[in-house]
Amino acid sequence: MTTTVQKAAVRAVGTGHVRVEGRDKVTGAARYAGDIPFTELAYGWLVLSTVARGRIRDIASAPVLEMPGVLAVLDHRNAPRLKTDFVGMMGTRPDPTCAVFQGDTVPHLGWPVALVVAETPEQAREAAEALAVEYETLPHDIEFTGDHPDSRPADGRMPGVTDKGDLQAELTASAVVVDEEYTTPEEHHHPMEPHAATARWEDGRLEVVDSNQGTSWVVSELANLFSLDPASVRVRSEHVGGGFGSKGVRAHQVAAVMAATVLHRPVRVALTRPQMFALAGHRSPTIQRIRLGAYADGRLRALDHRSVSRTATVYEFVEASAGVARVMYDADAHHTENRVVRLDVPSPTFMRGPGEAPGSFALESALDELAEKCGIDPIELRLRNEPGRGPVSGLPFASRNLRACFEEGARRFGWAERDPRPGVRREGRWLLGTGTAAASFPAGAAPSTAAITAEPDGRFTVRISAADIGTGARTALTLVAADALDVPPEQVTVLIGDSEFGFAMIAGGSMGTRSWSMAVIAAARDLRERLVPGMAIPPEGITVRSDTTAQIAALARMERHSYGAQFAEVAVDPATGEVRVRRMLGMFAAGRIVNPLTARSQFTGGMIWGISMALHEEAVRDPAFGGPVGADLAGYHVATHADVPRIEADWVDDTDPDDPVGIKGIGEVGIVGAAAAIANAVWHATGIRHRRLPIRPDRVLTAAGTDA
Amino acid sequence: MTLQTSSVVTLHINGEKHTLPVDHRTTLLDALRERLDLTGTKKGCDQGQCGACTVLVDGRRTVACLQLAVATEGREVTTIEGVADGDRLHPVQQAFLDLDGYQCGYCTPGQICSAIGMLAEHAAGWPSAASGDVRPAAGPTPLTADEIRERMSGNLCRCSAYTSIVEAVERAAETADSIKAGAPVESGAAA
Amino acid sequence: MKEFDYRRAPDVMGAVTLLDNDPDARYLAGGTNLVDLMKSGVERPARLVDVRELPLDRIEPSPDGGLHVGATVSNSDLAAHPEVRSRYPMLAQAVLAGASGQLRNMATVGGNLLQRTRCAYFTDTTKPCNKRDPGSGCPALSGEHHNHAILGASESCVAVHPSDMAVALTALDAVVHYETAHGQGEVRLDQLYLPVADTPHRETALPAGALITGISLPPVSVAAHSRYRKVRERASYAFAIGSVAAALDVRDGVVRDARLAFGAVASRPWRARTAERALIGAPATAETFAASAEAELAAARPLPHNGYKVTLMHNLTVAVLSELTEAVAR
Repeated sequence: MTTTVQKAAVRAVGTGHVRVEGRDKVTGAARYAGDIPFTELAYGWLVLSTVARGRIRDIASAPVLEMPGVLAVLDHRNAPRLKTDFVGMMGTRPDPTCAVFQGDTVPHLGWPVALVVAETPEQAREAAEALAVEYETLPHDIEFTGDHPDSRPADGRMPGVTDKGDLQAELTASAVVVDEEYTTPEEHHHPMEPHAATARWEDGRLEVVDSNQGTSWVVSELANLFSLDPASVRVRSEHVGGGFGSKGVRAHQVAAVMAATVLHRPVRVALTRPQMFALAGHRSPTIQRIRLGAYADGRLRALDHRSVSRTATVYEFVEASAGVARVMYDADAHHTENRVVRLDVPSPTFMRGPGEAPGSFALESALDELAEKCGIDPIELRLRNEPGRGPVSGLPFASRNLRACFEEGARRFGWAERDPRPGVRREGRWLLGTGTAAASFPAGAAPSTAAITAEPDGRFTVRISAADIGTGARTALTLVAADALDVPPEQVTVLIGDSEFGFAMIAGGSMGTRSWSMAVIAAARDLRERLVPGMAIPPEGITVRSDTTAQIAALARMERHSYGAQFAEVAVDPATGEVRVRRMLGMFAAGRIVNPLTARSQFTGGMIWGISMALHEEAVRDPAFGGPVGADLAGYHVATHADVPRIEADWVDDTDPDDPVGIKGIGEVGIVGAAAAIANAVWHATGIRHRRLPIRPDRVLTAAGTDA
Repeated sequence: MTLQTSSVVTLHINGEKHTLPVDHRTTLLDALRERLDLTGTKKGCDQGQCGACTVLVDGRRTVACLQLAVATEGREVTTIEGVADGDRLHPVQQAFLDLDGYQCGYCTPGQICSAIGMLAEHAAGWPSAASGDVRPAAGPTPLTADEIRERMSGNLCRCSAYTSIVEAVERAAETADSIKAGAPVESGAAA
Repeated sequence: MKEFDYRRAPDVMGAVTLLDNDPDARYLAGGTNLVDLMKSGVERPARLVDVRELPLDRIEPSPDGGLHVGATVSNSDLAAHPEVRSRYPMLAQAVLAGASGQLRNMATVGGNLLQRTRCAYFTDTTKPCNKRDPGSGCPALSGEHHNHAILGASESCVAVHPSDMAVALTALDAVVHYETAHGQGEVRLDQLYLPVADTPHRETALPAGALITGISLPPVSVAAHSRYRKVRERASYAFAIGSVAAALDVRDGVVRDARLAFGAVASRPWRARTAERALIGAPATAETFAASAEAELAAARPLPHNGYKVTLMHNLTVAVLSELTEAVAR
């Protein structure tokens, strides 16, 4: 067959397309990690520690091995040894919680102590319940306080501390000062699909069918841990039932590989919902102090944002909540600081809007308090404080269309008619109020590879180890490839979720679609150069590969972010403490929107996470036991249908002619600022400021009793 | 008395009979997924707290994770694999597809089965917690967005596609045969 | 979950015979609570006797003019029944406020009454709990208890009963009918649940092996004007942090009759008889309603983190009674 010229009539990017795998998802045909059948499959069940700190004295494996169907009990005495002294693809050492069964030390409640493998899931569950583990218990400390003596500044993904100007002098000289503490609780990702992996060895190669946010990443971690050649490890993850930061390398994949290695048959290990509270990572609670000093007209003289988060004793992750202040607002004196304290808790990790989500709750609440004190409209206050350059970096902004978001958002929301006085609108038993907040999230990119094959039948196949965790990435890349190849999207097949396709960025940090699109566009450009009209395409097709490492390295250093303006209207029943969100609007400036249909879903999804964060989500740990109380979806509430009103998300033009793709991430900016907009609306409704999330009925009632 | 811990059961699923031995501990959910390769029904929590495993049992939406397989003998089960009419999607499925009523898709089979069951419940005149006056004299409750939200609240969606799920259910409700396709629901128990 | 025998009961006599003298056997109806507790290891029965298909699924007029509700009537069917909705609206509302559409389709009336507390220490077998493991202690007292009891609790247990339906039934003076291998019996709903005292593991007055066969709703005329309101930490699909079932008969501005019960405040649905006494004969005003709530809540003994429930129940009582009064006035 020869190439033909079938140009696309219209550009695919920018027009709404239903998900290419949508039919499979609505018919149940889409197979997720735990859905794929294997012959001779055995079922592993993790056993977690019931003490918060201590040492394993004994594990009574023998009686359990006698139970029906039980094939193996793996623990620190018989499990394969792992290599843990490496720095992985994400620039971090492996989380010891994932490097299972390597010692007798128990550093937190829910630490994996054994894996029981049996012929059926029922047998595995009962055997795991029956496994008696004897501990030497040691005292534990999980009490997280803002002034914990062991807290210290920590770098993580960004410098722990930034500092310019004389903070105290500017605060003293300020006409208006806000000095408040804001707290956010421990939060959990809880994707609807619990983590699940099936491992098997075949012809000397390890294959893992998994649910993760990046197969390249999981391959590199597993190869390192098990001292394997990465080329001998294949990880597939075709459909992923949500991730939100929790689906990297976790205990279950490692345990499954161990069991498959020992038993020489496929072994599946799935986390139970309660186990996810310990093993899936979580967002650390934060205690944030914000001090703002301003001139009478609201312009900032001093900005101080200090955040303390909590991490495990065995692993450091910094919930960098003060980072958002480094982007959003400048001041003559500007101080930001992220601190951590190590306690006997499981390892926290990235969770949707890491840093920005809790950080924006504090900072955008404080801005609202400043607006109130200055007697300035909250939007006007923010516009008066729009920085010309990165407040800390001094770098120029690639594009910063926050003003347009606020102006268009205010118009659509009806902000101009808003009476700024709090507590004066009543409708039946409800007090009504509206609030707003700003949002931002970095728009980064990381090196990726992609391959595109021109098939003899005139179609194109894109192979990239991207992950579609519900973002619509598979569809977005189809549209990006179609435009880059100048063909209709129907002629493009995008294959993702397979490490065989080569190295690529994970679905995380709002960097996936931007990073993968660069690789796809680069490959398409090269392929088009190779394809001369009329040339013969061999049966195996013509394939080109791209690698964007050099392109990414050459990107100019700038402040690149997505922005947004969040608006919320709430109703508060002061008699019962119930808070309902009545409507929300998010206006975003987030680069080129690839697929408006799915982009809207991502924005509104993030905003609803904001509702959930503002009103519902909180994991409470009992200090006596060290673990969460009510570790299930009845005890840990996430928003459900009845909590969610009609929500509008839209965007303003946000072009960056200097950028190779013009795409920014949209996965996280939707949650940023959303909780603050709701909390600010609760203040506007009631006159009472809530600085502690979530705004539960008991807190509304208690605050009314003390404040009002 | 002797204890028998497994039984051979015949399950009626999507119009087909399946006879198989089951451990009494096996839930309908695990029987579908692990024994019958009907993996469209998803396990989200295994505790009745998320709705991802919703199927229709005798036409009524049911969480399969709390329904023992052995107790399902003699009842008619419809799963997501059985709601389409051959290649023609059920109107609820079509609306979810067209309006992007999902993101990751994992809760979707449960949402769709739940919506089908819910539309039949509403058509049978069942009130909900959103209905206000539940007395029959108050007349039938229109299927407003708030009614849909309340009635669908047993189905969590962590991606939070709630807005478009409600739009999809609204659109499907406009299609008369989406209600007919749901199995019959009697109005109340036998009087 | 350990292995178990499974029998489908052929009839009521067959069911109660199978459970007679077998403490390791349990009745299985909707399974929405039992199967969950079996998964978490709280319940480890050796035998399940499935009573779901017993012919106890009817709602019928009873000779006294009330309604008889069979024990295996589903929660959905109870809430959808025209007679229940018109004569006992708070009962329909209470059922509809509970759980989800799926769970209401599965759950039965009998099972709803016997569901166990959702106290997170009770459902976690790695923790002490006097209800699950008598004498092991109650960690909720010094732990997480913001949704625990303010009324009728003890040092042994501060857990609350999770049912919404039972709150309305308590206000209605419903009567529970049961059968054992040795005969039939009945118990009024406000006598069904035992005081906590130091025996929180003894939850009901039912004899061992008893099968609830049905519930009688007496002909309570005031119930036709009733409401159930529930406050919870999300708008739906969550257990109550406080609820009120109230029925009110107001004529000429005076309360002629009243029924009031609280949910999520005690180990059992809490019949607010003190408040009822304060209401009946008094003017139907906000002041009366507040005074009645205060009288009932005078007995409240909140824990360090659930004092808000006293305020909540006070406000909710006033709000629901006021709504009922306004609805009459309109």
